[in-house]
Amino acid sequence: MTTEALPAVKSLAIDKPFNPWRAMLVRLLRNRSAQIGLVILAFLLLVSVGAPIIATHDPIDFSDPNNVTRTPPCIHVLGCPADQPQYLFGLDGNGRDLFSRVVYATQTSLFIGVATVTFGIIVGTVIGALAGYAGGWFDNIIMRFMDVLLAFPSLLLAISLVAVLRPIIIGGGLSPLIPALFAIGFVAIPVYARIVRASVLSIKEQDFVSADRALGVSPARLLFHRILPNALTPLLVQGTLGVATAILDAAALGFLGLGQQPPFPEWGTMLGTERNSVFNAPHLLIFPGLAIMITVLSFNLLGDGLRDALDPRLYR
Amino acid sequence: MPNDSHLSWKVDDIPEPKSETLLDIRDLRTSFYTHDGVVKAVDGVSFAVKRGEILGLVGESGCGKSVTSLSILRLVGQPGKIDGGEILFDGRDLLKLSGKEMTQIRGNRIAMIFQQPQSSLNPVFKIGDQIAEVLGIHKDLSKKAGLARALELLQMVGIPDPERRLSAYPHELSGGMAQRVMIAMGFACVPELLIADEPTTALDVTIQAQILDLMRGMRAKLDTAIILITHDLGVVAEMADRVAVMYAGQIVEEAKTPELFKNPKHPYTQGLIGSIPVLGVLKDELDVIPGNVPNLIGLPPGCRFAPRCRARVAKGLTICTEQIPELKPVGVQHTTRCWLYE
Repeated sequence: MTTEALPAVKSLAIDKPFNPWRAMLVRLLRNRSAQIGLVILAFLLLVSVGAPIIATHDPIDFSDPNNVTRTPPCIHVLGCPADQPQYLFGLDGNGRDLFSRVVYATQTSLFIGVATVTFGIIVGTVIGALAGYAGGWFDNIIMRFMDVLLAFPSLLLAISLVAVLRPIIIGGGLSPLIPALFAIGFVAIPVYARIVRASVLSIKEQDFVSADRALGVSPARLLFHRILPNALTPLLVQGTLGVATAILDAAALGFLGLGQQPPFPEWGTMLGTERNSVFNAPHLLIFPGLAIMITVLSFNLLGDGLRDALDPRLYR
Repeated sequence: MPNDSHLSWKVDDIPEPKSETLLDIRDLRTSFYTHDGVVKAVDGVSFAVKRGEILGLVGESGCGKSVTSLSILRLVGQPGKIDGGEILFDGRDLLKLSGKEMTQIRGNRIAMIFQQPQSSLNPVFKIGDQIAEVLGIHKDLSKKAGLARALELLQMVGIPDPERRLSAYPHELSGGMAQRVMIAMGFACVPELLIADEPTTALDVTIQAQILDLMRGMRAKLDTAIILITHDLGVVAEMADRVAVMYAGQIVEEAKTPELFKNPKHPYTQGLIGSIPVLGVLKDELDVIPGNVPNLIGLPPGCRFAPRCRARVAKGLTICTEQIPELKPVGVQHTTRCWLYE
């Protein structure tokens, strides 16, 4: 009798340990809108990091030697006479190269978006988590205050905040961008606070929280180490969408002259300073406007993709 | 009890079982203040648990078993409140401890495991980290030492391939596996008392037997007293040294397990035991206790079981609906709360 060699029994356990972040990334990369959003965002990041290389001129310290302003784009490849200097997006009202300014402004806008949302998320999370966990009168007072903040039109609130803060901060010799940053971050706080509070409210009733309590986990640890990690998903989605809102708000403040100050390039500020040239030099409004639109679109697409990737009810 | 951290267990480490009382609950009252009225979920419950003993706490859903156990750990949430009584654990009244002292006892000297093992584990952490965290909190173990101990614990509770399971997430475990992890977590700090709230209800029958076996084995190894809360008399018969039967927030009968099954006194206990189908015995119909558990808001005076009690009707007792009977001895270490034995 010959003994046939049996194949080795393979362990039934999963070979690779499950990694939730990788699983999320895989789902995200399968999502069409996230793909588009990520590609645009990668492009924008590249532009902002590589601004010194990409920009053809200095964004601030340059003006056309012929002393012309607001000339339309001149691109040699597209038939612009070779004896004229090449300006990809044309010149602005001060004879500066618009292309270089739009490129450099990418840095400002991305920074504003990320910085204000980070600020809003950190403050909003702490406020919302404490309110949701503590409940009772504390929750009531905090959340009613948040409701009042939400009742203001956020841009109006941001404008008034900048108006109040600017003399103080600029008097202190700091960048004029800071009041705008603070205002945009501040008006976003209630949004994040409400999201976190809602998550904490539902998570704190879950079995594993009672189990953790029974295991002697202290209340602070329970809230910040055990409950909050379970509440991060909606925050991630809202945060991504929030970057888009923040960039729009920053542009609006800039347009009104309350954000970044000339001569520093910022899309909203560029729109604001050239708003009277809509008909005689439309390129001065089209290019910064397009830049704003593309950036906001990329974050919105990514946010929607994240929501789909993170929502277990949408698993396909 | 070996309370300090030691990384491996040997049977000789465990001292001789002491017959001293570990937990002594006296006249515990816990109520829920709802909009509809005050629900007296636990109304004057007294019982004691000795070191290393398994006490079965039996009753229908809503009779106050779980609230009793949550009261011991002072984890009754809003709108519940412990109104009175004493919970003497190792001679100290838990109801008089500060929140911080209570946190040090939970999970360390008194542990609890729950009915739904899978939802009792935090979904976003690996199980190894969860066990290690408990050890970090109570035994001051470093993450590395905690994980080493967690591995030992997973081995002890019979989880196959424990090295790999350490880095598994709760959703990757089956119900039985998750309950083993909960038991490992419960025993992690070598508690003196383990409260098991229907630990096998959510599991299928073969897994139930394994889990019960495991709990009995851990008790034998670590001399941990166990309060086993269940509505399954079969589980109690198999596991418990002593049984307390609860009805509508009160204990109606308490006895050693063999005595209780051989010689049930209270009509409710008799009804419960009569309603179990017995293998090999043909019955046209199972005995049923008529009626339902009473609403605990605005209870009428008298014995809470009186409206459903066949014996009361048969004997024509009137006192049953007028006055609550006291728990009285009716045999050796056997007490019951019933006017039939006055």
